[in-house]
Amino acid sequence: MSTISEPPRTTFHPAMLINDTRYRGLTFQFVALVLIIVFMAFLGMNLVNNLALAGLNISFDFLGEPANYDINQALIPYSSRSTHLRAAIVGLLNTLLVAFMACITATIIGVFAGVLRLSKNWLVRKLMSVYVEAFRNVPVLIWILMIGTIVQQGPSPRVYLGEDPERGLFLGLFAFTNRGITAPAPVFGPGSLWVVLALVTGIVGAILWRRHVRKTLYASGRLLPNWPIFLILLLPPVIVFLLLGRPIGVDMPDVLANRFNIQGGIELQRPLIALWLALSVYTGAFIAENVRAGILSVSRGQTEAAASLGFRPNRIMNLVILPQALRVIIPPLISQYLNITKNSSLAIAVGYADITATLGGITLNQTGRAIESILLLMLFYLVVSLLISAVMNIYNSSVALKER
Amino acid sequence: MKKTVLIGALTAGGLAAGMASAASLSDVQSRGTLNCGVSTGLVGFSAPDANGNWQGFDVALCRAVAAAVLGDPNAVEFVPTTGKTRFTSLASGEIDLLARNTTWTFSRDTDLGFEFTGINYYDGQGFMVPTNLGVTSALDLDGATVCVQTGTTTELNLADFFRANNISYEPVPVETNAEGQQQYLAGACDAYTTDASGLAATRAAFENPGDHVILPEIISKEPLGPLVTEGDSDASQWGDIVRWTLNALIAAEELGINSTNVADMASSAGDNPEVNRLLGTEGNLGEMIGLSNDWAVQAISAGGNYGELFERNIGENTPIGLARGLNALWTDGGLLYTPPFR
Amino acid sequence: MSDTHAQTVAYVRESFLEQAPPPERETGPIRWLRVNLFSNWFYAILTLLSIYVVYTLLSDFLPWLFNGVWNASDIRECREILQGATGGCFAVLAERWNQLLFGFSFPSDQYWRIVVAFLLFCIAAAPVLFAAVPRVLFVVTGLFPFVAYYLIWGGTILTPLAVLVGVVAGYFAYRRLVDQSFAMGLLGGVVAGLIVWWLAAFVPQDQPSFLALRPIPSRDLGGFALNLMLGVICVSLSLPFGILLALGRQSRLPIIKWICVVFIEFVRGVPLITLLFVANVVLAYFLPPGSNFDLILRVIIMITMFASAYIAEVIRGGLAALPRGQYEAADSLGLDYTQAMRLIILPQALKISIPGIVNVAVGLFKDTTLVSIISMFDLVGMIRGPILASTEWNGVYWELYGFAALLFFIVCYAISQYSQWLERQLNTEHR
Repeated sequence: MSTISEPPRTTFHPAMLINDTRYRGLTFQFVALVLIIVFMAFLGMNLVNNLALAGLNISFDFLGEPANYDINQALIPYSSRSTHLRAAIVGLLNTLLVAFMACITATIIGVFAGVLRLSKNWLVRKLMSVYVEAFRNVPVLIWILMIGTIVQQGPSPRVYLGEDPERGLFLGLFAFTNRGITAPAPVFGPGSLWVVLALVTGIVGAILWRRHVRKTLYASGRLLPNWPIFLILLLPPVIVFLLLGRPIGVDMPDVLANRFNIQGGIELQRPLIALWLALSVYTGAFIAENVRAGILSVSRGQTEAAASLGFRPNRIMNLVILPQALRVIIPPLISQYLNITKNSSLAIAVGYADITATLGGITLNQTGRAIESILLLMLFYLVVSLLISAVMNIYNSSVALKER
Repeated sequence: MKKTVLIGALTAGGLAAGMASAASLSDVQSRGTLNCGVSTGLVGFSAPDANGNWQGFDVALCRAVAAAVLGDPNAVEFVPTTGKTRFTSLASGEIDLLARNTTWTFSRDTDLGFEFTGINYYDGQGFMVPTNLGVTSALDLDGATVCVQTGTTTELNLADFFRANNISYEPVPVETNAEGQQQYLAGACDAYTTDASGLAATRAAFENPGDHVILPEIISKEPLGPLVTEGDSDASQWGDIVRWTLNALIAAEELGINSTNVADMASSAGDNPEVNRLLGTEGNLGEMIGLSNDWAVQAISAGGNYGELFERNIGENTPIGLARGLNALWTDGGLLYTPPFR
Repeated sequence: MSDTHAQTVAYVRESFLEQAPPPERETGPIRWLRVNLFSNWFYAILTLLSIYVVYTLLSDFLPWLFNGVWNASDIRECREILQGATGGCFAVLAERWNQLLFGFSFPSDQYWRIVVAFLLFCIAAAPVLFAAVPRVLFVVTGLFPFVAYYLIWGGTILTPLAVLVGVVAGYFAYRRLVDQSFAMGLLGGVVAGLIVWWLAAFVPQDQPSFLALRPIPSRDLGGFALNLMLGVICVSLSLPFGILLALGRQSRLPIIKWICVVFIEFVRGVPLITLLFVANVVLAYFLPPGSNFDLILRVIIMITMFASAYIAEVIRGGLAALPRGQYEAADSLGLDYTQAMRLIILPQALKISIPGIVNVAVGLFKDTTLVSIISMFDLVGMIRGPILASTEWNGVYWELYGFAALLFFIVCYAISQYSQWLERQLNTEHR
């Protein structure tokens, strides 16, 4: 009996590496690995040879040298004496900024357009279809170029710079020019940290009050008023602000500083606006399709069931349809966010200084360090992409259907 | 469609076989065409016309080199390059010669491993502003927004200039001259800066050129010239050919040789020994750089001498309308001074 | 009785009334308006808002379109003709249409070659796209790559013929050997193909002008034709690679799986433009010294890499969507891996993936405009480069960008409509 249950002990034979399914996998993998290594070595050898022939080397020392060029929008202090590394970081932050802004607005636009595409209003429905189809079927580069041209059409700042400048500013606060939007900026004086801390305390207090309201409601059925929340929220920072002698001031746009530009205030520059707008409306069209598909994926029975339970329409949307639709919407939404980040690399077409324009553009050009620059550039995008997918996957698994 | 590319790869590989990284005379001659890197479109220097033929001052230099080396001014393959790609194209051997109004700088000549083979245009960076802005000097531009082409030396000069004068500005990077012009005209920037030649060309294309003024300050030296890769002796011979072709064009103007009389003068040795040496009726200068003795005749008959090329492409009678200025012969008070052909 | 009955019971009507029309507000356009546009105050506001938006857009757009100038030699002449009125300067399209479509250096007497190649492509694609088309047309599909190469790049017809012979030889070798094992068949096919190619390669070299079309260097390709070519070539090339990568990623062999995962995630994690920079600026350093692919080939390699990673993910989705039972059924029939994949899994998985693949294809086709950034003169490159740089047309933006957008819209919209149609066809699920 034992002879049957035990497999016959065969000695290992080289032919088994190909014919025996137990070993074949190993053979394949080994061959693949060798091929990859050979291929990589081939590329590496070529690189070394080519560099030697051209008398070049691989070195990241250039990152420490002064960049010698200026960047129009820097979120951290930067001047032309700063290093190439700092220029790259400025570009990196700019990329993240525009991608972040565009993700938010694209989502808003997308949700609106997606819901409106399912609206019962014929005209709105058609209009949204036109929007979605027009933007989905034309390359993003063309849209960026076109929107860049549109944004240029505004009035030049000279309209605002003149004898009676106050007249020009919108509400006396804002200026919309073809170089950007200028608005009053807060100025943080000494002691403003305490105001911020007081604001944080207010927020924490407000949250605690809400919790307290709910607790008493569940415990005793007594509904406490909601208005103290505003007092709790606003009083501490206002009191601290006044006590400390108004440490936070406002920097108004100054139209008299020089004859070229409006100075002071905070400026949202035209390149940023153009790229932000272009990425938002372009990606918004894709998100609209995802949202529409998500809502359609929730079966009608759900709506009817909720209605028969006596939910009002907006409650049905919020409590029944959207939570289920989100599960379908979120995975493609993640890839749309990734697309925004990647498409923001076309920034230079409208003159926005993202990382492709600084590190992959000017630095590469001025130093001639093509391999190093592009390597760093790809590394950056790779890390950002992986981070976004990781964060979004965590969120995704938290809303995923909990199945037994 | 997948096999198509395989064939493409095979044929391309076959065509390209034997092409060394650094260009050499034998490569060009065995290929039968000169691969010349030019800009993607800068009117006057290199731009395709309505019929798709490349025209311009830099293009003319490529044609002259092709004529000198291959005897045919049309045996040129023009490879459009951007500010970003031009040096890699040259380093990788995709092009034999880069004639893309490139500024001769120390680091490009040494660190990047290229060899500038002369200067075909002495330029300098200037500013253009609308007349109604009331600006008369670049020093008045404190706080202005300035459009600048990205990836060029102009960007660096701009930063240096404003820093040295302790005034501020806001750069607007643009990719091409056309885009710079678009932004400038739309009022998205107060001033446009690029090489003075480019400014003149751009202004000439405006609807009302009189509404714009080029400021007097020239803030940098921009010696523009052709370049080749540095390398072994073959490559250095190739560099010599390009250098002396350019010199031959300049010398031709100095010696009164032009496209109409060159054939005449080359038919027999004349009185001027330098003309004879240049045109190969005396001595063997051509052989010294590995070419036939009539190489300079070929180069000059391709489009004419330096002066003719200048007048035809960027001179005062063209839309670009540039005066000779620094680019006049040294005998006329300019900087063009070629070493003797001896 | 019956007579009197009617009279006695007065309220019973004995004749039909004329059918009354439905109330005014429930019929015709008014009902349609009420239901579709003004069903409540919110929709009414939305409708009015939309009408306003449409009106604003059209009041700018229509005069621009219909008042346009089609006949002028430069932008200044356009402005003179218009005298300040709104109107497009479409003369730029009239003068430069050939450059926009074919690039500026493609010889104009050879345009017919690209047109013929495009028409042939439509015929060749038909049997792949529509099941109703006669299967005979697959012959055209099979021959198309060779004919297209001949038409577009020119040279002697012997070159594509030699390759074709090699492919056919390889195919027959594969058919003979595939019964022994798939691997043997594949190996045999490849070896036979290579041998024939090696032998046949001498023929075109001997007869370089046999039935030759004028050779056109790939650098001279440009305009919208370049976008179309890049799109078609890269999508078709990336399909087989995408399938292999998807299979590799699903594989149980850890090393192969990880190679595929790393490749796919790397390519999907970086923007296409960086890969194009690699093609343009860096790739030359990684090739053996002395070799030099032309730019278009390097770009094709990189875009194909890019597309295959995306297609691999789509196909992986298709593989994952197949019920486990299909895999188990294949195993229980005693099929080995290649047989199971070829005969059971892939046909079903690919069918599910087709709409996704089409979406990738559309996206990729749109992304071919990025080559303009690396100094290739595709449609956008032509506009941003030579045309806008010329003194004649500097300042004409909307007409050119609008034209480019329109061309892309037509192609992409057609493909996406096809994809939706296909989805409905493939939808075997009954709701």
